[in-house]
Amino acid sequence: MASLIHCPHCGVRPSQEFSIRGDASVVRPAPEASDEAWHEYVHIRSNPHGRHREHWQHVAGCRRGLVVERDTFTHDVFSVTDGAAVAREGGR
Amino acid sequence: MRYSAFSIVKNALSGNLDWKPAWRQPEPKPFYDVIIVGGGGHGLATAYYLAKEFGLKNIAVLEKGYLGSGNVGRNTTIVRSNYMLPGNEPFYEFSMKLWEGLEQDLNYNAMLSQRGVINLYHNNSQRDAYIRRGNAMWMEGVAAELLDRAALKKMLPFLNFDHARFPILGGLLQKRGGTARHDAVAWGYARAADRLGVDLIQNCEVTGIRRENGAVTGVETSKGFIGCGKMGLAAAGNTSRVGQMADLKLPIESHVLQAFVTEGLKPVIDHVITYGAGHFYISQSDKGGLVFGGEIDGYNSYAQRGNLATVEHVMEEGVSMIPGLSRVRVLRSWGGVMDMSMDGSPIISHTPIGNLYLNGGWCYGGFKATPASGWCFAHLIAKDETHPVARFLRLDRFARGYAIDERGAGPQPNLH
Repeated sequence: MASLIHCPHCGVRPSQEFSIRGDASVVRPAPEASDEAWHEYVHIRSNPHGRHREHWQHVAGCRRGLVVERDTFTHDVFSVTDGAAVAREGGR
Repeated sequence: MRYSAFSIVKNALSGNLDWKPAWRQPEPKPFYDVIIVGGGGHGLATAYYLAKEFGLKNIAVLEKGYLGSGNVGRNTTIVRSNYMLPGNEPFYEFSMKLWEGLEQDLNYNAMLSQRGVINLYHNNSQRDAYIRRGNAMWMEGVAAELLDRAALKKMLPFLNFDHARFPILGGLLQKRGGTARHDAVAWGYARAADRLGVDLIQNCEVTGIRRENGAVTGVETSKGFIGCGKMGLAAAGNTSRVGQMADLKLPIESHVLQAFVTEGLKPVIDHVITYGAGHFYISQSDKGGLVFGGEIDGYNSYAQRGNLATVEHVMEEGVSMIPGLSRVRVLRSWGGVMDMSMDGSPIISHTPIGNLYLNGGWCYGGFKATPASGWCFAHLIAKDETHPVARFLRLDRFARGYAIDERGAGPQPNLH
């Protein structure tokens, strides 16, 4: 894991300032969606070896939710984007 | 060759030139009745019990590296059965009983040392939680003992009893818990399985799982196609990767867990001790090094290396519990890739594919489960029927709402 993360709001900060929620690719289904859809959202993960998009929060900084794309094997970080901006563009 | 005191003397007299390799190096046959993917502790144990207890012949274990190159050789060697939930405790106690007869069964010295596992508590509510856990263990017939401060001070005088924030008030002891030599467990199972005719094929990476009409027919490997009647996946750490080859949807994330060992010391820590104010566990190996670890790093990772922030955190926990640790030098640290399941409990299960079986999701508790995991998985593969003590560990428990969440953390793998 990279020691330094480039927060879009705060600049370069140590990675310990961030908390990691996990996989950002799963999408919350509609409340009335089937049990199967909810099961997949809550439990099933693609767990890729390679590029992975995650929800992070800069808890010891701007406290914004972020979407971080990084590699789960090399630990390279490719992009750190504000979560709201990603959601506005229709991504997750 | 059977190992015994006599064989040691006999070989010593002949200059130790007559020892035979512990297992063969066979080339894969075109077809096996059962293929186990993964030559770690669980895969080797499964193959051994398939051959010994369930009488199957024509079994192969495929391993992408060398035998025991994954987590069975990277853990902190603790064995215990001090779980609380009814879905877990009978299974781990079955494992504990198998540990107790393992060395005689395998004719291999696994250096099982039932030195006692002590979980420390630091406040009254934590004491109550441990009493509850101890009682839950007794209900499954497993002895647990609550130690008060005075008893602990006698046993473990080096602890930081009067820590300002986390004073140590007592602990929960399982006397039968302890440690085992992790590599020897893998080697012992490998040798015993080999002696029963199991083919252990190393440097053979599975690259695809071939299916026809909804059933598995064999595996594509780096050594060519190998056909099989049934297949068991025991590749914890990489379960998602092999599962993907069969389009399995799995409730698993891969995370990295670190472990540490110090320089060798004279005997100082006689038990396995876990800290209740943080996630930290420590024991002393027979070679003298203190072996310890903490929590997973907390992010998805397939790299067998961890983060310095976690190293610092684990050291701080250790020194907070045992101040004397600050004078000890750490020799090595390493990381292993864990299958973190969504409820923190493992999976031994049928899959949607009839002749494909799954063993995984061991989180960071797989080593202690090695014998029972192998036995129950072998039972499942041989009889196509779940073993009674593993009946709660099914893959479909997530969809059905029967999660076994020992820690009560919810479906969030990095919190288990």
